[in-house]
Amino acid sequence: MELTNLTITQIHQALIKKEFSALELCQTYLEKIEKDDKKINAFLTITKDLAILQAKRIDEMLQINREIPLLAGIPMAVKDIILVAEVKCTAGSKILENYIAPYDARVIKKLKGQGVVILGKTNLDEFAMGSSTENSAFFPTKNPHDTNRVPGGSSGGSAAAVAANLCAFALGSDTGGSIRQPASFCGIVGLKPTYGAVSRYGLIAFASSLDQIGPMTKTVEDAKIVFEAIKGKDESDSTSVESEIRNSKNELPTEAKVKKKTTTKSSSPFEIRNLRIGVPKEYFIEGIDPEVEKIIKEAIKKYEGMGAKILEISLPHTEYALPCYYIIAPSEASANLARYDAIRYGEIKNKSASWRTKIKNLFDYYLKARGEGFGQEVRRRIMLGTYVLSAGYYEAYYLRAQKVRTLIRDDFNKAFQKVDVIFTPVSPTPAFKLGEKIDDPLKMYLSDIFTAPINLAGLPAISIPAGRVGNLPVGFQIIGKPFEEEKIFEVAKIYERN
Amino acid sequence: MITKEEVKHIAKLARLGLSDKEIGEFQKELSKILNYIEKLKEVDISNIKPTSHSIALENVMREDAEKEKLKTKKEKLLELAPESKNGYLKVKSIL
Repeated sequence: MELTNLTITQIHQALIKKEFSALELCQTYLEKIEKDDKKINAFLTITKDLAILQAKRIDEMLQINREIPLLAGIPMAVKDIILVAEVKCTAGSKILENYIAPYDARVIKKLKGQGVVILGKTNLDEFAMGSSTENSAFFPTKNPHDTNRVPGGSSGGSAAAVAANLCAFALGSDTGGSIRQPASFCGIVGLKPTYGAVSRYGLIAFASSLDQIGPMTKTVEDAKIVFEAIKGKDESDSTSVESEIRNSKNELPTEAKVKKKTTTKSSSPFEIRNLRIGVPKEYFIEGIDPEVEKIIKEAIKKYEGMGAKILEISLPHTEYALPCYYIIAPSEASANLARYDAIRYGEIKNKSASWRTKIKNLFDYYLKARGEGFGQEVRRRIMLGTYVLSAGYYEAYYLRAQKVRTLIRDDFNKAFQKVDVIFTPVSPTPAFKLGEKIDDPLKMYLSDIFTAPINLAGLPAISIPAGRVGNLPVGFQIIGKPFEEEKIFEVAKIYERN
Repeated sequence: MITKEEVKHIAKLARLGLSDKEIGEFQKELSKILNYIEKLKEVDISNIKPTSHSIALENVMREDAEKEKLKTKKEKLLELAPESKNGYLKVKSIL
């Protein structure tokens, strides 16, 4: 049995049957990371001591035959933009190179409550800005299926780690496609939940009205398990919302806490012949790789063959979604990233005497610390955001973009009156080569053309593996109505099974 | 095309120190991106309300009472600062 191939449910069963211990599993993963990550560079930090400690705790519980939650003892990785207490969190940036997180993000607190084993923090585009993980200030991550190619981004480290079996699952974050596009490029499952379904407390902010944390896993079932563990309203994030479907698994039992049995809401069994699938004509455009288009169309045919009803729909404002996104996201980013003043936190490297003597006052300090601390893409987006929000331009750009955002959301609302889910490609191409798009920001932005509209509308969407072009995986996207992740999982599972 | 002076002005507002070479690069790149987002001018937005968040947000209220003290210690946060003195953050003079 290859331990690192196992899914969450398989590991859970094996742990209960004592086929191997949580510590043995954890050490197998740590050894594999040490051996294989040299080629892939998925990890920025390995949290070996933390992982071993967490694994031992689960073994102690198993020894006395205590019941353990589904995620107990499961080795996982965390995108390095989500805080894990006492562990470095760089956001892929020089400006946070030595930042030690003072607290746990809400999602981490919830997962620790279930007894996960945290193996380390994964690489990303600086502040999650990018589609290839080449914008990391430290090093690029490689695609495990072809190391000359990118893993996608910005959650490229998490996607590559899952695909290369360097963890059982990982967390990513998605502002314009940053979970789904790397999931597609690496051949794994990636869910961007409904905006508000998962607390953003402890997620380093990029664009607050678009950011969501989500699971990156080997199977749809695993994505469902992780999503159920991390979702829910949180008083530390005023935009978080309670989904109607309750968690089906309890947290780690504590002595003081009496376990309450929560039952899942009984809904009518899902039947594919009642499923109405919308296919937006605007998502099959010039510029999409014909091989990718073929794979997506075959996937749709498969559902049709199983009895689902396929309906062509129109989302007429699709072509405006990406320009809209590139006003709204940089605007929010320029405000969010104003906090990096290198005074409260943010180490300044090479603080030589000459560096200091050049600085006369606070203003000069800001210019130098921020000018040197941020990389090219981050500075580009701060500049863009500052420009479109500056006096005289606000109405022409930002306000207009917010109105176009309304139209984009209305397009989806109208479509969802006729269909249950919408199928689209995730990205117009499979994984591209390292260096191929890095010098042309606009070309890079186009990788998110099919994913960014979903963030603007706040909808849940999953990327699941649909096929391959040569050796390179291609995912397809299932978009659902707000807070209907459950339906997305059901629909995705059918594809996985057949 | 935006001017070099505009790029310098924006960089100052954003508190980003840029070299002359970088100002030239940003002038070209930002112009290209701005040109791309001009596309939104084609859309008829009359009588459309702006969307700031995709879900309806409500004000979050709490009782006006003293809250439990933060668990994160002051010292721990000060340790993150590049420079501090006597429990305060140290900054350069403003003028």
